[in-house]
Amino acid sequence: MPLLEIERLEVSYGRIRAVQGVSLTVEAGQIATVIGPNGAGKTSMLSAVMGLCPARGRVAYDGMDLRDMDVEERVERGLCLVPERRELFGEMSVADNLLLGSFPRRPARAVIDRGLEEVFARFPRLKERRTQRADTLSGGERQMLALGRALMSKPRLLMLDEPSLGLAPIVVREIFVIIAALREAGVSILLVEQNARAALQTADVGFVLETGELVSQGPAAALLDDPRLIATYLGGAEPLPIPVRSKSSTHSIVDMS
Amino acid sequence: MDLDIATLLMVDGITTGAVYVLLAIGMVLIFTVTRVIFVPFGDIAVYAALTLSALEAKHAPGTAALVAAVAAVATLMEVTSLLRHGKARAVPRALAFYLALPLAVSGTVWAASGTDWPMPVRIALAIVAVLPLAPLLDRIVFRPVADASVLLLMIIAVALHFALAGIGLLCFGAEGVRTQPLTEAALTFGDVLVSGQTALIVVAAASFSLLLFLFFNHTLTGKALHATAVNRLGARLVAIRPERAGTIAYLIGSLLAAISGVLIAPVTTIFYDSGFLLGLFAFVGAIIGGLTNYPGTALGALLVGLLGSYASFFSSSFKEVIVFAALVPVLLWRSIATTHSEEEIEE
Ligand SMILES: Nc1ncnc2c1ncn2[C@@H]1O[C@H](COP(=O)(O)OP(=O)(O)OP(=O)(O)O)[C@@H](O)[C@H]1O
Ligand SMILES: [Mg+2]
Repeated sequence: MPLLEIERLEVSYGRIRAVQGVSLTVEAGQIATVIGPNGAGKTSMLSAVMGLCPARGRVAYDGMDLRDMDVEERVERGLCLVPERRELFGEMSVADNLLLGSFPRRPARAVIDRGLEEVFARFPRLKERRTQRADTLSGGERQMLALGRALMSKPRLLMLDEPSLGLAPIVVREIFVIIAALREAGVSILLVEQNARAALQTADVGFVLETGELVSQGPAAALLDDPRLIATYLGGAEPLPIPVRSKSSTHSIVDMS
Repeated sequence: MDLDIATLLMVDGITTGAVYVLLAIGMVLIFTVTRVIFVPFGDIAVYAALTLSALEAKHAPGTAALVAAVAAVATLMEVTSLLRHGKARAVPRALAFYLALPLAVSGTVWAASGTDWPMPVRIALAIVAVLPLAPLLDRIVFRPVADASVLLLMIIAVALHFALAGIGLLCFGAEGVRTQPLTEAALTFGDVLVSGQTALIVVAAASFSLLLFLFFNHTLTGKALHATAVNRLGARLVAIRPERAGTIAYLIGSLLAAISGVLIAPVTTIFYDSGFLLGLFAFVGAIIGGLTNYPGTALGALLVGLLGSYASFFSSSFKEVIVFAALVPVLLWRSIATTHSEEEIEE
């Protein structure tokens, strides 16, 4: 039995049809990745699975139909989302954010402390910053905190919305190493990514979403070799040409934004 | 005005201010968790005072019947909504919380009303009697419109105050009440005489503020409440139910309001409609504190108390005018201060 089963999922915002009949499954112990261009409906799909927005179709988690289950109950049953905007508790400390991550299970103090130690072992940076306010963290640290808070709930299925968004390449690598390590620890992962190559290299299976529809799916390794994907999402065989600052001019023609 | 009178007025101002502190802190708590400016806290305080007075006279307080009626309506709404959303398995729990628990409270108060209990028991009964009201009213009035604007929620809160004042007239009558003094003791600081009652009010305000501070900083529930106030979606993603956080906030706020009602009833005559000015003055205190900041709110509420005290010395009929006029510069200053920091708040 797959851990997550999505059948003919549809999400609309008024006339905009963000997700149009997507079906996919995530097996226990797997990393599944969904890639696709901006506006493809990836975030909408995750929101629907989490119960954050109205949707049609069927979503089953661990064999249970999720239709009548509210967001909080899904979280209590081990379905956990790290959203695109992270949604940290800005004016609270790093340690408090992590502590609240354990709220879905309301465990004993000793269990919380053990969870904290595990998170700090994975993210030593968070340990250094434990008393700092979450809204003063750097982008990478915030991402680590969001992941750490999610891990505190000991999720069975972790859904990550663009965990590498806005991070330096070296931190991106770190994040993907951690994602791979989580699978070894028994967490199943549904990973939404713009960083298609890294995502497919880490994942077991991949899905390609375009304007709300699945256009391609299969084992991640096979997708990495798909010529059409190579051309559109994997940046071709060669690196993209990048405009270079001309030596004589004083201003840059590279768009810094 | 000589120094003696000035000191006297100061003591008086701090005492009233301390009562406003309790109410205002409850208001800030509710506002941050639910975005409702719950003006009717003044009415909750008044209900507690009137209930205490009824218990002293060995009447059955109107609160008992009122809580039962409100519980019935809330239960009906909750169960209907659960069934409509296919959540039949949550019905027993809803019945326990919305019906059984409030009925147990009102039943106890009703059954206890004929007996001559010692004062601490009477006070505890009066406080417990009003606790279910605000959470139940939240379920009936505010939850169906939870996504409305702050302004609309506040208009509803003001309407709710008038409804509560009317119901108060029905339940308790138009007569003003004064309850028995909590203590006859008097303290002297130098040559200033402070009544034990006054000291009690100040000590109660200070210790409940401290308790609240400890609750927020050292318990998981307190932190969960704070988290709901900081980021509602983030809270839901760690399985904190905003509605439940709201209920806890209303309970704590009601507790503070009821305590303040019991504390002022021996020193001020309380009428069924006294809640409005109480709530309004506390609200002004909360506004001075920016509506989200507890220490600021406590200071603001004290300031309102002091201002009211000195104002009533100079011209008692203009007391309210002076207090509200003082609000204008504060609001101006606040709006200047916030336009400067807006960009930082925006993520
Ligand atoms: N609340 C909303 N109201 C109206 N339209 C929305 C809303 N949320 C998303 N959309 C639209 O739905 C479409 C899919 O959005 P979604 O955020 O799911 O895309 P995405 O694949 O996550 O994109 P990105 O990679 O940029 O994050 C977009 O066209 C978007 O404009
Ligand atoms: Mg997205």
